[in-house]
Amino acid sequence: MAEPQASKNTRESRLLVAASLPMLLFLFLPCLALIVRVAPSSILGNLANTQVGEAILLSGTTTSISLLLTIVAGTPVAYLLARRRFPGRAILDTLIDLPIVLPPSVAGIALLMAFGRRGLLGDVLGSLGISIPFTQAAVILAQLFVSSPLYIKAAQAGFASVDREYEQAAAIDGASRWKIFRVVTVPLSLYALAGGAVMAWARALGEFGATIIFAGNFPGRTQTMPLAIYIGFEIDLNIALTLALILLVVSFIVLAVVKGFLRRRLVIV
Amino acid sequence: MKTLSIVALTAVLALFGGEKTVMAQSPKDSEIIVFAAASLTEAFQSIAQDFKAAHPKANIQFNFGGSQQLVQQIAHGANVDVFASANAKQMDAAVTSGGIDSASVRQFARNHLVVIVPAENAAQISSLADLANGLAKIVLADKSVPVGQYALEVLDRCEKSGKFPSGYKENVLQSVVSYEENVKAVLGKVVLGEADAGIVYTSDISRDSTHKIRQIPIPDSLNVVAEYPIGISRKASRFSKEFVEYLCSSKGQATLKQFGFSTVGK
Repeated sequence: MAEPQASKNTRESRLLVAASLPMLLFLFLPCLALIVRVAPSSILGNLANTQVGEAILLSGTTTSISLLLTIVAGTPVAYLLARRRFPGRAILDTLIDLPIVLPPSVAGIALLMAFGRRGLLGDVLGSLGISIPFTQAAVILAQLFVSSPLYIKAAQAGFASVDREYEQAAAIDGASRWKIFRVVTVPLSLYALAGGAVMAWARALGEFGATIIFAGNFPGRTQTMPLAIYIGFEIDLNIALTLALILLVVSFIVLAVVKGFLRRRLVIV
Repeated sequence: MKTLSIVALTAVLALFGGEKTVMAQSPKDSEIIVFAAASLTEAFQSIAQDFKAAHPKANIQFNFGGSQQLVQQIAHGANVDVFASANAKQMDAAVTSGGIDSASVRQFARNHLVVIVPAENAAQISSLADLANGLAKIVLADKSVPVGQYALEVLDRCEKSGKFPSGYKENVLQSVVSYEENVKAVLGKVVLGEADAGIVYTSDISRDSTHKIRQIPIPDSLNVVAEYPIGISRKASRFSKEFVEYLCSSKGQATLKQFGFSTVGK
């Protein structure tokens, strides 16, 4: 009896692999093509190009800041949605999905309408001497707008899935709410939190449409890697390819490291 | 690689262009096949309507595209009666390789670069010199876009003319906050009032945005002016000549003017 079962399993596995192959090829081929196309020597040469260096630096700093803001300001929102029932909660839940489905260019226009000089908050900001468009602040806001919902959604699901009994046990032991949150809730939903943070960061790193509309394109100030790739594509394909490859490799390494780290942590938990 | 893909693309386009004209090959005298630069799209469509009103039998077929692309199609045998190019170079190519009659070629429109500022003009820019006042947020098209390249050329000419304080170009560039990826984005930022000034072609200014901005002309001596030539094929249909005549008539020129082109003065 065991043998036919085993061979049936192998047959099914083979079928499964065959059925997966087209999608896998489709996903990997463009990335592979990018790697094959870029000559290693040209990478080193282009890295010396100041515009390339500036774009990498700018992408690094802006996405770090937007990720920090996402976690600091997004975590309470996720907790609120996961743990409290209040009127309008369902609508709020849907509204947070909105930036995810909005075309990025619409997001850019919406940000201009809100924070632009002639936007809703334009006068208030102007009276404080603040002008956001065409600045690094605009780059960060664009990233925050399109990427934070990814984190909030993941964190919300994480908080909702934590077994409340652990929290109640901690409460009986006399732990404060804040302590329970730190030592029970966060560790138990760590996978979701970190996963959401990585997805949000990756989305911010690739952000293009909202940035170019809201922040414009100025090398060293608002020209992030995706913008430099797009503009460079029309002038110097090599620069565009170098940046694209760096983006690809960095994204892969970060995703791999975080996933590896989480797997180990989860085993301990 | 880039050139290769461009060649491939034009080949494909030429293929489709050819196919379209094969379909249109049935010898109808009333048919006019017009290949025109993309920037002429709105103006030519409007002019065609007026022309049809006067010549109900005329059947005008347009093919709009980048001038260079259109020449490729013509050189590959696309059937064309009238070719309107955005520059002389492409017209010359169409004459040598595409059967456009050199005797028929003439200028019919001009396009000027212009400085635009939002209607309320918060940075108080009323002249080219004011662009260097250090108060304005200026947007230009990126240098990968032709008009961005031309804008830099205008600043160069201003600097070299000696009519502006030394360091003029540098001072203006200091105030540039963004190099936009296309000219419509430059217009958009100025229309929205987010930028205080930009440089575009007059024909780029759409009709519904004219009242939201002010235009500050750039003198011809400092401007990068695009001259638009038009030519007729040696095998052109009956109406083709009349269409070109109409275009160059006061009526046709008035329409071109409405769409931001300058007309060709005597």
